[in-house]
Amino acid sequence: MRIRFDKLGVVIAAIAAYAAFLAPFATFRANRIVPGEARSILEALPTTAGPILLAILVAGALIALLKTPLVLRLGASVVALAALAILIGVAGSFLTPVGNTFARVSPASGFWLLIFAFTLLLADVLTRLNPSPWARVGVLVVAAVAIGLLLISGQWNSLSILKEYANRADSFWAEGSKHITLALGSLAVAAVVGLPLGILCHRVEKLRAGVLNVLNIIQTIPSIALFGLLIAPLGWVATHVPGAAELGIRGIGTAPAFVALFLYSLLPVVANTVVGLAGVPRAANDAARGMGMTDRQRLFGVEFPLAFPVILTGIRIVLVQNIGLATIAALIGGGGFGVFVFQGVGQTAMDLVLLGAVPTVALAFVAAIILDAVIEMTATKRRVETA
Amino acid sequence: MKAWLPSLLRLLLVVLLVAFVTNPGWFEPLLKPLTENGAPAIYNQGSLLTLTLLHLRTVLIATVAATLVAVALAILVTRPAGAEFLPLSRSLVNIGQTFPPVAVLALAVPAVGFGEKPTLIALFLYGLLPIFENALTGLTTLPANVIEAARGAGMTGWQRLTKVELPLSAPIILGGIRLSVVISLATATIGSTVAAKTLGEVIIAGLLSNNLAFVLQGGLIVAALAVLIYDGLSAIERYTARRMGRETE
Repeated sequence: MRIRFDKLGVVIAAIAAYAAFLAPFATFRANRIVPGEARSILEALPTTAGPILLAILVAGALIALLKTPLVLRLGASVVALAALAILIGVAGSFLTPVGNTFARVSPASGFWLLIFAFTLLLADVLTRLNPSPWARVGVLVVAAVAIGLLLISGQWNSLSILKEYANRADSFWAEGSKHITLALGSLAVAAVVGLPLGILCHRVEKLRAGVLNVLNIIQTIPSIALFGLLIAPLGWVATHVPGAAELGIRGIGTAPAFVALFLYSLLPVVANTVVGLAGVPRAANDAARGMGMTDRQRLFGVEFPLAFPVILTGIRIVLVQNIGLATIAALIGGGGFGVFVFQGVGQTAMDLVLLGAVPTVALAFVAAIILDAVIEMTATKRRVETA
Repeated sequence: MKAWLPSLLRLLLVVLLVAFVTNPGWFEPLLKPLTENGAPAIYNQGSLLTLTLLHLRTVLIATVAATLVAVALAILVTRPAGAEFLPLSRSLVNIGQTFPPVAVLALAVPAVGFGEKPTLIALFLYGLLPIFENALTGLTTLPANVIEAARGAGMTGWQRLTKVELPLSAPIILGGIRLSVVISLATATIGSTVAAKTLGEVIIAGLLSNNLAFVLQGGLIVAALAVLIYDGLSAIERYTARRMGRETE
């Protein structure tokens, strides 16, 4: 039998081989800001665990390298990722001297490359299996539960990012809820304002170019500038409009960040509403008119449902974008996970940066997968119904 | 609206922009009311012109690199030899877009240090996605009869690519570059949080010293640059689209 190689597998195996044997697996530092010392897999793990991990990685890379059945590839990627996730925690407690609270152990480039290589394998398998929207959400839930269990079990507690978390557990959740409020709240207001505005732009052609141009220009203003520029008008509102200050409207803080995110959110919502409504087949509209539907009935019974997947795509863009942009709110005292990112950059403490960045990426990722699944579900449902 | 009005407005914007970055002093009376306690109205810790040029240079380097890599990747995955990578590359692009720029920037710092490099990396990664997506759309939606005709005329794979496929996809690829440049222009300002020399420096100085005039001038220069470059690239795009007989949206 001729041995056949998988093209992507060659890439994955090359990355995995470099990461496992040449790159450092973990970094040990005597305290949180000094430069670290690299530790390879065999140095970072207890005598038996190191060779076991290497064996799992080599086997996984070989399965990726050769043309193998999808189920085997799926199994290999999941086992390798699970082994990496569990053993990096073991490395943390193994490398930290007993009773030393200053020492920091963090995953190093080799670990991240290995995670990348096997995630690539997993992503490839999942793409080829082409799972249904529900299955994708299911995979997401399983992954979230697994990570949650690892966090609760304390397996990762000896890693530096969780030590940073332990020092700031209260503010972490407070900033997290602020982050979500900023991202989701501004999206909700943008949807309430943007949908009618989009319908209006669709109906009144004169308005369309003007509104979309203004919204386009708002998008070009850099986020940090827009955040800053809103400080003054909101400060004025707070001091001059009775009751505004009691509502929490102040010049700096959450209010300008909220308004800025709202302004950025408007364009995708309005533009996609216009595009979605314009894409409604003429025949559907004519039929509805012929049946004697009023304008309002046509809007809610025909146009809106048909345009819904496109509008949802706009909402997905906004949500992912807002979750990312909300990190910048920290610069003007608006809170959110950005607080940790900027504190970390200021103190050159990368674990603190990660404490802010990892949840942000995770949130954006989860939002994208869930909304993609919802979009696909509404779009296929529509197609079945109209077929 | 009269046909010449947009062109006139654009010209006016160019004149204003050039005047502002070369002679910011002229505009001091306009910005003075925004400052408090006699703070300076014009950024005084560096020349606005230099910062603007450095800002543009950062965006240019990142965009050129992103364009080369993204188009090369798109070509690779649309050839028979790379077809295996096509579905995966699509999902990677999707996943990549969920990484917030600030996170990319902050995470690049430990690898390459403070300054321009992390900004270039973040802009490069962010610029890749729209260009790759558009190049893929352009290369996969070519009219089949044109490709057949090229093959029938005896063109080799390389000739088909350089003489037929790439020219025909050029308007769509340009659309991706335009998106990517506008995003990069705004994102580059965030680079100043990790000490890159861009116009973000002016905005951040304003935020730190509570000087609204700084925030406004930094923000407006970037916005004006973005509007002008967006318009310019749209014009090139329409021109190539007309020449290629392809409609862009």
